[in-house]
Amino acid sequence: MPILEVENLSVSFKQYTGLKQKTHKVISSLNVTLEAGEILAVVGASGSGKSLLAHAILGILPRNASICGVIKYAGEELTPDRQTVLRGKEIALVPQSVNFLDPLMRVGSQVRTSVKNGDAVSVQREVFERYHLRQEVEKMYPFQLSGGMARRTLLSTAMVSGAKVIIADEPTPGLDPDVIKEALNNFREVADNGCAVMLITHDIESALNIADKIAVFYAGTTVEVAPVENFKGHGEEIRHPYSKALWRALPQNDFIPIPGSQPHPSSLPAGCLFAPRCVMATPECRQVQPEMRKLRGGMVRCIHAT
Amino acid sequence: MQLEAKDIGFRYGNGPWLFQGVNLTLEPGEIVGITGPSGCGKTTFCRILAGFETPIEGTVTFNSAPLPKKGYHPVQLIFQHPEKAINPRWKMHKILNEGWKPNKEVLELLGIDREWLERWPNELSGGELQRFCVARALGPNTRFLIADEMTTMLDAITQTQIWHAVIEIAKKRKMGIVVVTHESKLMQRLCQRVIDFNDFS
Repeated sequence: MPILEVENLSVSFKQYTGLKQKTHKVISSLNVTLEAGEILAVVGASGSGKSLLAHAILGILPRNASICGVIKYAGEELTPDRQTVLRGKEIALVPQSVNFLDPLMRVGSQVRTSVKNGDAVSVQREVFERYHLRQEVEKMYPFQLSGGMARRTLLSTAMVSGAKVIIADEPTPGLDPDVIKEALNNFREVADNGCAVMLITHDIESALNIADKIAVFYAGTTVEVAPVENFKGHGEEIRHPYSKALWRALPQNDFIPIPGSQPHPSSLPAGCLFAPRCVMATPECRQVQPEMRKLRGGMVRCIHAT
Repeated sequence: MQLEAKDIGFRYGNGPWLFQGVNLTLEPGEIVGITGPSGCGKTTFCRILAGFETPIEGTVTFNSAPLPKKGYHPVQLIFQHPEKAINPRWKMHKILNEGWKPNKEVLELLGIDREWLERWPNELSGGELQRFCVARALGPNTRFLIADEMTTMLDAITQTQIWHAVIEIAKKRKMGIVVVTHESKLMQRLCQRVIDFNDFS
């Protein structure tokens, strides 16, 4: 049984222009499942709703957001009350922005507050050593840290929490390769011990080394879920045209971007959300949004994918 | 027209030297990479190059003269975290036009949507914000651009789009660029030579 299920999730934001109220749907019909012992890498366009998904699971969306659909944790619906009880204990977040650190608290103490079992100080020192943070760092305030050090502090906080589900929102940018490797191996280790990890990342190459599956997001929905083995070569085995374009844009591949940008939530196209930028698009694509369907051991939201 | 950093050394207070003896000469149109482990002072060095910080040792010169203290700064820095480099209480158009009025061509090249201009920073994604930060740094008098992990937060397609745009503008204007990144593949794609900060700590 999956430990975390997200079914048909949509998230909308209420906005006011003067007195006129507008609702923007930023996530629509999103489905993701997370199994214990598994790492799911979530990749996709910046602004495609990856962080919002993380925040929806934790129940920390801003107040003007409303959500539809069902999120289940261990088979039971994750209500706001349950979210409050579980977050930080059974479901931990590695936030994307280093602004999430308390600016007025020494970072060592911040990490210690999330230790549930054992001696907080020694657990914190152990995890700092693991991420190559010198001992004097624990006495520092966030403003005294480099970008990479702040990120390692955020990682430490989640790693010491003993959570069953870790949602890591871009945990690695700005870190050097050694620390990235250490952090990612650490995720693999906790997953092998029965934890479920959702790894939101742009670093597709590193994700491939440790993840089991990859979910690709575009404009607030999943366009593909695939086993990591499909991401190789020129991307022949990748199902969705957006995923293929993303793969080819990597500096180690062709480094050629497709033109245009992801549609804004206020002006989503009628049919397939990727159709306006897709070379394979036909008139059919512009009529209805395709459903997710099973294909070659993965899932894809495209009528032309083979 | 040359940006030259000579024997730069820096430390906070009486702490250990973050780095010492860093030399860098950047010619117009040249793209140089900086790499090294996190916390080794790459960002601090970038801040020194762009005049945000004064080095404890050594000098930075632009055109053989000290960096200007007044007027438009010829060395522009693009920060790693766009959300920390903008005023959260300003709308995007005000942020964009603070230094110069970027023309339509620049906005199009960077994929900045007209409609984003009327929004508040917290209504845009990191990738969208970074496009603004790049656009506002590309004023006509920018001679050197310091890109400190400029596209680390962005997806591969957006990263490639922004770099293609920046490189195109840089070529046209013979602008020099310093690229800080941990991504060795990106470094290989972009840079003519690379400085390893491991050598200075």
